[in-house]
Amino acid sequence: MLLVIEQILNGLQFGLLLFLLAAGLTLVFGIMDLVNLAHGSLYMMGAYFAATFVAWTGSFVLGIVLALGASLLLGIVLEFVVLRHLYGRDHLDHVLATFGLILFFNEAVRWIWGPAGLALPLPSWLTVPVQIIPGIYYPAYRLAIIVVALAVALLLYVGVMRTRVGMLIRAGASNREMIGALGINIKLLYTLVFGLGAALAGLAGLMQAPILTVQIGMGENILILAFVVIVIGGIGSIRGAFLAAIFVGLIDTLGRAFLPNLLRQVLSGAAASTAAPALSSMLIYLLMAIVLVVRPEGLFPASKR
Amino acid sequence: MKTLFNVRNAVSALLVAGLVLLPLYSQLSGNIFILTLFTRIVILALAAASLNLIMGYGGMISFGHAAYLGIGGYAVGILAQEGFGSGFLQFPVALAASALFALVIGALSLRTRGVYFIMITLAFAQMAYYVASGLARYGGDDGLTIYKRSDFAGLINLSNRVQFYYLCLVCLLAVLFLIWRIVNSRFGLVVQGLRSNEQRMQAIGFPAKRYKLVCFIIAGMMCGLAGALLANNTDFISPSIMYWTRSGDLMVMVILGGMGSLFGPVVGAVVYLLLEELLSQFTEYSGLIMGPLLLLVVLFGRGGIMGMLGRFSRG
Repeated sequence: MLLVIEQILNGLQFGLLLFLLAAGLTLVFGIMDLVNLAHGSLYMMGAYFAATFVAWTGSFVLGIVLALGASLLLGIVLEFVVLRHLYGRDHLDHVLATFGLILFFNEAVRWIWGPAGLALPLPSWLTVPVQIIPGIYYPAYRLAIIVVALAVALLLYVGVMRTRVGMLIRAGASNREMIGALGINIKLLYTLVFGLGAALAGLAGLMQAPILTVQIGMGENILILAFVVIVIGGIGSIRGAFLAAIFVGLIDTLGRAFLPNLLRQVLSGAAASTAAPALSSMLIYLLMAIVLVVRPEGLFPASKR
Repeated sequence: MKTLFNVRNAVSALLVAGLVLLPLYSQLSGNIFILTLFTRIVILALAAASLNLIMGYGGMISFGHAAYLGIGGYAVGILAQEGFGSGFLQFPVALAASALFALVIGALSLRTRGVYFIMITLAFAQMAYYVASGLARYGGDDGLTIYKRSDFAGLINLSNRVQFYYLCLVCLLAVLFLIWRIVNSRFGLVVQGLRSNEQRMQAIGFPAKRYKLVCFIIAGMMCGLAGALLANNTDFISPSIMYWTRSGDLMVMVILGGMGSLFGPVVGAVVYLLLEELLSQFTEYSGLIMGPLLLLVVLFGRGGIMGMLGRFSRG
C-alpha cells in the first residue's frame, strides 16, 4: 500500500512535469500552428542553465531564477531569429527546420559543456523526507515539484482564461487574421507566447535535472511523450493537455513500477525485467493510437472548448 | 513539352554513373572506406526513395518510416540467430513482415490526417522501437550481432564488399524504376490526385483509402528491403535504428534532395550523409553546421536540391 501511494505520487509528479512541457507545445501548436520539435532542446537548455547558474551563484533558488530568465530569453531570441519565418509554412517545413535546431542545440551543448553529463545537487533543505500522511514519507523535492507545477498550471489557467493577454491568446488561436485586423500586435503576441512556452519547458527541464542527470539528448525522449500528451488531449487545449499529461505520467510510472512483478508471474525473471519497461513504454503509444483511431481530434478538441 | 536534357536529368545521370563506377575508383585508389560509406549511402537512399513515394507523391507524411528499417533488419537478424541463414528465406520474410506492419498501421493511421497522421505514425514506430528493446532473447536494448550475412547459395556473396555494393545499387535502381513506373501508372496518378484533392477524387468514385493503403504498403516493403540490406551491411541490428530521430533523418534526406522528384531522395541521401561524414572529419561538432544548414534549406531552398536545379535550368 505504501509503495502504491508513493508510486502514484511519482506518477503525478512526472505527469505534471509533462504538463509543463506540453503546455508550451500545445500553445505554440494551437496558436501559431507550428510543430516545434526543438521544444525538447529548450527543456534540455533549462536543465543546463540551472546546473550552470546554481554552481556559479552557489545558491539553488537564485540559480533557478536566473535559469528561468535565460530560458525565456532563449525562447524569445529563437522565435525572433528563426521560428517566426516558419509561420504559415507547411508542417513538413517545421519538422525539418526544428529537427535542424535539435542537431544544433545538441552539438552546441556538447561544445560548451562537454560530452559528459552534469549533476545539479539539491540543497539540504530539499532532500529531507516529508511526512505527508502519518507513517508515509515522501521526498521533499518531489513534493516541491508537484506543488510548483500545480501552481504554474493554475496560474496558466487563470492567465489564459481570465486576463486580457490570455483573451488575446485565445482569440489568436481561433482566428489570427481577425485579431491582427483589430489592431493587435500579433507578432509581439506570438513572441510572447513562444517565450512563455520556452520558459515552461525550461522549468520542466530544470526541475527534472536533480532527479536525472543533465545530459545531451535528454529532451528527445520526453519531447515525444509531450507530443503524445497534446495529441491525446487535443491540440491547442490546455485543459486537455493537463488531463492527458497526468494520465500519461501515471501510466508510465505505474507501469514501470508494477509491470515487472506482474510479468514475472508468467515469464522468467530476466525476460520479465527486459519486457516490462518496453511494455509500459508501449502502453502510452498504444493509448495514443487508440485515442486517435476512436477520436481523431483528441479527447478535448480545442475548437469545442 | 518536357525535354529529355535538362540540369536535373544531367545531375541524376551523373550521379548514377558515379555510383556505378565507384567500386572501380575504390579498387584503383585502394580506398576501401569510401566503398563502405557508399554502401550505407545507397541503402539509406533506397529507404529515402521509399519514403518519397508516400510523402512526395502520396502526400502521406509518415514520421515513422525508420520502423521498417528495423523490421527488415530484425527479420534478417532473428532468422540468422535461429539458424536460418538463407537469404532466400530472410529477404522474403523481411518484405512480408514489413508489408504486414504497413497494412496494420496504415489501416489505422489513414483514418487520421494532417498533423495527427504525422503523430500516429510516429507513435507506431515508437511502439516497434520498444517492442525491439523488449526482445530479451534478441539482445533487447543492446542489439543483436549477426555473425553470418545472408547466404544466397553461391549466387552472390554478401561478404564480398564489391558484390554487396552492387547488390545494394541494383536494389536501389530497381526500386527507383518501380517507383517511376508506379508514379506514371493509373494507380500512381490516382494517388497523386488524392494528394491534391482527396474529396474530389472520392466524388469521382475512387476508394481513397484503399489506394493510399496500397501505396503505403508498397513503400513499407521497399524500406523493409533497405532494412534487410542495412542489417547485412553493419552485421548488427539494434532498436536504435527505429528511434524517431532516424525517421527524421530519412525525412531530411527526402526534403533536402527534393520531395516528389524521382532522384531527389538519392541526391538528398548522398549530400546529407557525405556532408555529415566530411564535417565530422573537419570538426567534432558537425551538428553546429548541419543544423543551421537544414534551416537555410527550409527557409530559402524550396523544393530541395532538385527544386533549385530545376529553377536554375529555367534561368
